[in-house]
Amino acid sequence: MCGIVGLHLRNPGLHPHLGDLLTGMLCEMENRGADSAGIAVYGDPTWTPAGRGALSLIEVGATTGEVATALGAEVGAEVTVTEVDTMYLITGQVDSETLLAAAKKVYPRELVGGFGADLTVLKGVGSPTSLTERWGLRNAQGWQGVGHTRMATESAVTSAGAHPYAVGPGQCLVHNGSFSNHATIRRQLRAAGVEFDSENDTEVGARFVAKQLADGKDVERALKELCATFDGFYTLLVSNRDSFAVVRDAIACKPAVIAETDDWVAMASEFRALAHLPGIERARIWEPEPEVIYAWTREEVAA
Amino acid sequence: MSTDVSTDVSADVADVTADVADVTADVAEVTAEATRYCLSQTPLREVNQALHAAGLEGEFIIDQPFGAHAVAVGVNAPVKITVNGHVGYYAAGMNQQAEIIIVGNAGTGVAENMMSGTVVVKGNASQSAGATAHGGLLVIEGDAAARCGISMKGVDIVVGGNIGHNSAFMAQAGRLVVRGGAGDGLGDSIYEARLYIRGAAASLGADCVAKEMRPEHHEELAGLLKSAGFEDDDPASYTRYGSARQLYHFHVDNTSAY
Repeated sequence: MCGIVGLHLRNPGLHPHLGDLLTGMLCEMENRGADSAGIAVYGDPTWTPAGRGALSLIEVGATTGEVATALGAEVGAEVTVTEVDTMYLITGQVDSETLLAAAKKVYPRELVGGFGADLTVLKGVGSPTSLTERWGLRNAQGWQGVGHTRMATESAVTSAGAHPYAVGPGQCLVHNGSFSNHATIRRQLRAAGVEFDSENDTEVGARFVAKQLADGKDVERALKELCATFDGFYTLLVSNRDSFAVVRDAIACKPAVIAETDDWVAMASEFRALAHLPGIERARIWEPEPEVIYAWTREEVAA
Repeated sequence: MSTDVSTDVSADVADVTADVADVTADVAEVTAEATRYCLSQTPLREVNQALHAAGLEGEFIIDQPFGAHAVAVGVNAPVKITVNGHVGYYAAGMNQQAEIIIVGNAGTGVAENMMSGTVVVKGNASQSAGATAHGGLLVIEGDAAARCGISMKGVDIVVGGNIGHNSAFMAQAGRLVVRGGAGDGLGDSIYEARLYIRGAAASLGADCVAKEMRPEHHEELAGLLKSAGFEDDDPASYTRYGSARQLYHFHVDNTSAY
């Protein structure tokens, strides 16, 4: 199973309600996967103040004060560390890549949840209802959010095994399904110099997309390449700071539904996750076709 | 994608929802015409149990399903049930006798294993619509996604729009009528079901072939179109597909493969 939700807000008037809407969507997918969950929020002014680099770390073995001091000294700028449940949200007056490099140097064994300006990634073990409560997700704001409820099949039930996988700058990938040739592709990517955090199949998909984007492809071309390379079952939601894309494998047995209004674009594993969105009764609703890439981009806004 | 269809349906749903917004009773509201349930107030299990009562008759309306699974499954009575809104998986599954109308879209497996009666989906249906159904009539006025009529065993299915890939896979008996086109692998490993497709089939599955439309097929198709409310279609604009019957028996030329 597993459940996916995503919401891309076009109407700025809805930005203050992103967390509330995303919480409702995620919790509706709880019975597709209740062992762990994760979300990504783009543009929350409290978690990721505008203009600051941002990084999420998973279960760090040091206090927030120690991390702020150590990373601040490493990057030579003021760094703020906020504890949200088992995650540390780190921001600073430097770019996100500099923060990431410092964290990898100072805490080489700690796992990165995600990095990129305006991006918060939170994941953990537990039910979506309890996790969203602990995260305070209902109060989050922003222009875009994605979420995943996990029923683990391929690897351990840990925070590191929860989605989203956010391995490129500002990028997130959530996956319903399983890749069958991930070991082969992981070997090929490792040979090309890509580092991995886990043996999870979805991480391979995320690293593959990140590499395609880093090599200069756009999201649509990266996902076409993914369809040609990966074998298995998947519905994927791939986001970055300004875009939001959905793709399904050729067999398309993993569910997906997309709804669109002038105010937002939303996708979920099942319609019931969308049923309470404002204006859903006027939405254009459809099931994505196999191997067709559906992508939306918001107007570019400088970091 | 026939997005116009879903937009229209959503508009209908919006109107209906507005009409029932003031239904606040937490039990069914019984009017002269129909018994009315609101799924945002009455648990689905209670509604389904009520629809399984012995000697059930009359009309029922189910409002605000909000994509719930298993709405109106296992009904076995000559009743009319209208569901106002989009439903989740397996809606109207295992139906016997009832006429069930879904004013919205349906998720995976609508009317799966239906035995008799009629199920009408005013919008689109997701994958595996009418899977393994033995009898009755399933009408999907919009599109049906992948695997429509998979392993159908006697049901009649009429689709107003297109159907997705691997539809009528291993279809054993019954008739599938599609007013639009079909996706890849139509009728793969088909047995004796008859497929009538007006548009193009992206590709045919193993052992599925186009066949001649003889007078009895024109007559049969006209009857199916009429029962689904599409009597203005010209049966001559359809192509019949069925089994080439080459997979039914072991072919001696394949002996060397073993």
